[in-house]
Amino acid sequence: MSGYSITEPSRRQKWVAGTLVVLYALITIMPLIWIITTGFKSPVDSISYPPKVLFEPSLEGYVNLFTTRTRVSPEQLAQLPPPKRWYEEIVRNRDMVIAGPSRYGERFMNSVIIGFGSTFLSVFLGTLAAYAFSRFKVPLKDDLLFFILSTRMMPPIAVAIPIFLMFRKLGLSDTHLGMILLYTAVNISLAVWLLKGFIDEIPREYEEAALIDGYTRFQAFYKVVLPQAATGIASTAIFCLIFAWNEYAFAVLLTSGTAQTAPPFIPTIIGVGGQDWPAVAAGATLFLLPVMIFTIFLRKHLLRGITFGAVRK
Amino acid sequence: MAEIIIKNLRKDFGNFTAVQSSTFKIEDGEFFMLLGPSGCGKTTTLRMIAGLELPTSGEIYIDGEEVGQKPASERDIAFVFQMFALYPHMNVRKNISYPLVSQGFSRAQVRAKVAEVARILGIEDILNRPVGGLSGGDRQRVALGRAIVRNPKAFMMDEPLGALDAEFRERMAEELRALHDRMRATTVYVTHDQLEAMQMGDKIVVMNHGVIEQFGTPQDIYDKPATMFVADFIGSPAMNFLKFRGSVERGATTISLGGVSHGVPEMREPRDGDLVFGVRPEHVRLVDAGEYRGKVRATEYLGTTQIVTLDTSNGPLKARIGAEQPARVGETVGIEFNAATVTLFDSQSGQALRSDLNEGVIGHG
Ligand SMILES: Nc1ncnc2c1ncn2[C@@H]1O[C@H](COP(=O)(O)OP(=O)(O)O)[C@@H](O)[C@H]1O
Ligand SMILES: [Mg+2]
Repeated sequence: MSGYSITEPSRRQKWVAGTLVVLYALITIMPLIWIITTGFKSPVDSISYPPKVLFEPSLEGYVNLFTTRTRVSPEQLAQLPPPKRWYEEIVRNRDMVIAGPSRYGERFMNSVIIGFGSTFLSVFLGTLAAYAFSRFKVPLKDDLLFFILSTRMMPPIAVAIPIFLMFRKLGLSDTHLGMILLYTAVNISLAVWLLKGFIDEIPREYEEAALIDGYTRFQAFYKVVLPQAATGIASTAIFCLIFAWNEYAFAVLLTSGTAQTAPPFIPTIIGVGGQDWPAVAAGATLFLLPVMIFTIFLRKHLLRGITFGAVRK
Repeated sequence: MAEIIIKNLRKDFGNFTAVQSSTFKIEDGEFFMLLGPSGCGKTTTLRMIAGLELPTSGEIYIDGEEVGQKPASERDIAFVFQMFALYPHMNVRKNISYPLVSQGFSRAQVRAKVAEVARILGIEDILNRPVGGLSGGDRQRVALGRAIVRNPKAFMMDEPLGALDAEFRERMAEELRALHDRMRATTVYVTHDQLEAMQMGDKIVVMNHGVIEQFGTPQDIYDKPATMFVADFIGSPAMNFLKFRGSVERGATTISLGGVSHGVPEMREPRDGDLVFGVRPEHVRLVDAGEYRGKVRATEYLGTTQIVTLDTSNGPLKARIGAEQPARVGETVGIEFNAATVTLFDSQSGQALRSDLNEGVIGHG
C-alpha cells in the first residue's frame, strides 16, 4: 500500500501540521489561561515562585474586585456579628470588613454603553454610507472614499490634543456621548470600507427584483440587502467593538469620573491595598467576556458566508 | 394583459448610446423576442420597459398609458432575471409569495395563489426548500412562479434559459412556450440565440449596436431579411453573400453574376454599384451541367442533409443538399439558385433592395 495523492497531504504531513497548529494555539492561549487562573488564586499563590500550576481555587480576587474594604483589629472583628454572606467571610479571614462596592461594576457598564453604543452607531452609519457608495452615483465618489480612508492613515492618538481641547469646549469631556462619538469617528472609515466591499458583492438584481415585486427602494434595502449583508455587518461589528472595547489611550485622557471605561480603571486596582494581582486578573477576565460572547454569538454569521448560490450555480 | 408600444426609445450611458431610437409595437398576448448579439442593447431595452432604467428620451406605452418615467413598482410588470435573482435568504414558498406580500394579500389568499402556481409549474414538492440547493431548472421554475403569481400585465424575461445546461434548455423552452400559450400574457423575451427566437417567438425584433435592424414574424425575418446583418445573424449556416458589381433596373427579373444570368424576384428599386447576392444554403442546388460553376472545398455530413462548401468566382458558398447526393471534394459542379428566394443587398449600406419578395416587409426605402 503505497498509493499517494498529490492533492491530499500525507499522514505525516497532516501530523506535522496538526502539531504545529496545536503548539501555536497553546503559545497564544497561554497568557489568557494565566490571567484566568490567576483570578482564582489567593494573593500568596499568585506571586509564589516557582509559579503554581495546581492551587486551591479562591474567589478572593473577585470579592476584592467588586468591594472596597477596611482593616479592623482582631478584637473589633471578634465583636462583630457572624458574617451573613460567603464573601464577608472571605474578607474577614484577612482581618478586614467590606466598606462598600468598588467602582468596577460602574466602569464595566461604561465600557458596555460606550463600546456597544459606538459599535452600533458605526455599523448603522457605515451600512447606510456603504450602500450609497455602492449603489448610487455619488459625485466625487472615489475622492470621498479616499478621504474617509485617509482618516486612518495616522494613529488616532496623534490628534489627541486637538480632540482634548475640542471636547472641553463642547462639554463632551468625560461623557458617554463624547466617547461614543469619538470611537464612532475612528471606526466609521473601517466600517464604510469593509461594508462597501460586502455590499458590492451582493448582486443588484435582488433589489431590482424587489422593486419589480412592488417594494420601495428602502424596503428593498432592508428586506433584501440587509439580510444578505449580515455576514459583513457581523464582522464589521466585531472589529468595531474590539477597538472600542480595548481602547486605552483616549479613555485615560478624556475620562476620569462619570464616563471612565474599564481599561483605564483596571490598572488602578493594583494600588488598593498592596499588589492585588488576583483582583486585577479577575477584572481582566470579566472584561474579556463580552467581546468573547459577542464574537461567539456572531460566529455563525461569520462562517456562513454570502449565499451566492441562488443567483448562479 | 397588455399591449406595449415603444416610440423612439433611446438610452445613453454618458457618451455611449446603448439604444438608439427604437420603435416597435408588442401586441396583447404576444410572445415577443428581442434578438441580437451580446452588447447590442437588449437588456437595456427590456429594463427600460420594466422601469429599472429610465429612458434618455422616447416613450413607452403600456395599455395606452405612457409609463416611461414611472418607477418599476407602479408598472405592474414581472421580470425574470438572467441569473434568476431568487432571494437567497428565503425558501421557495417565500420567494414566490414575496410579490403578493407587498400588495397586502391575506395569508390565506397568498397560500392559495402560491399553491396554484406551484401546481402549474410542478414544484409543489419543493415549496419548503431553501433556494440555495435547487437545480437550474427548478430555480427557473421558481423565478417563473414569482413572476406569474401576481398576474402582471406583462412578463419581461432576460435570457431566462441562458443559465441552464443545454439539456435543460430545450425542455424549459417548451415549458415556457406552453405556459405562455396557456396564460396568453404579453411576454417580452430577450435572447442572443437565433434558434430560440425562431422557435418560440410570435414576433422578433433584431437589434445590433443599439439599432433595430428588423421587426417581424420569424418567417419574414428568415425569408425576407431587411439587412445583411439580419441575413447573417439568422439561420445556421447563415445566408450566402456573393459579391458582384453591377446594376439592376426597376422591374428587372435577372442579374448577371460572374457573367451568368440569374433569376431574382422582380426588383422594385434600381441600384448601381457594389451589390451582394443573398441566398440561403437550402435554396442552392448542385447540378452536373450549368453555366455558373464552383469547386467543392468541403462537405459536412448532417444525417439527412449535408452542407457543401464551394468556391465560386464571387466568393465562398454553402449549399444544403440531400445527404445522398454525391459531392466530392475538389470536383467542379454547376450551381443553381431558387430565384424566388433571392435577396439583393447594397454592399455599402447592407440594406436589402426592395423586390417582389420583400415588398411591404422591410421598413426602409
Ligand atoms: N449601467 C451601464 N453603464 C454604462 N454602460 C452600460 C450600462 N448598462 C449597459 N451598458 C452598455 O450598453 C450596451 C448594451 O448593454 P446591454 O443592454 O446589457 O446589452 P445586451 O443585453 O444586448 O447584451 C453594452 O455595451 C453595455 O456595456
Ligand atoms: Mg443582456
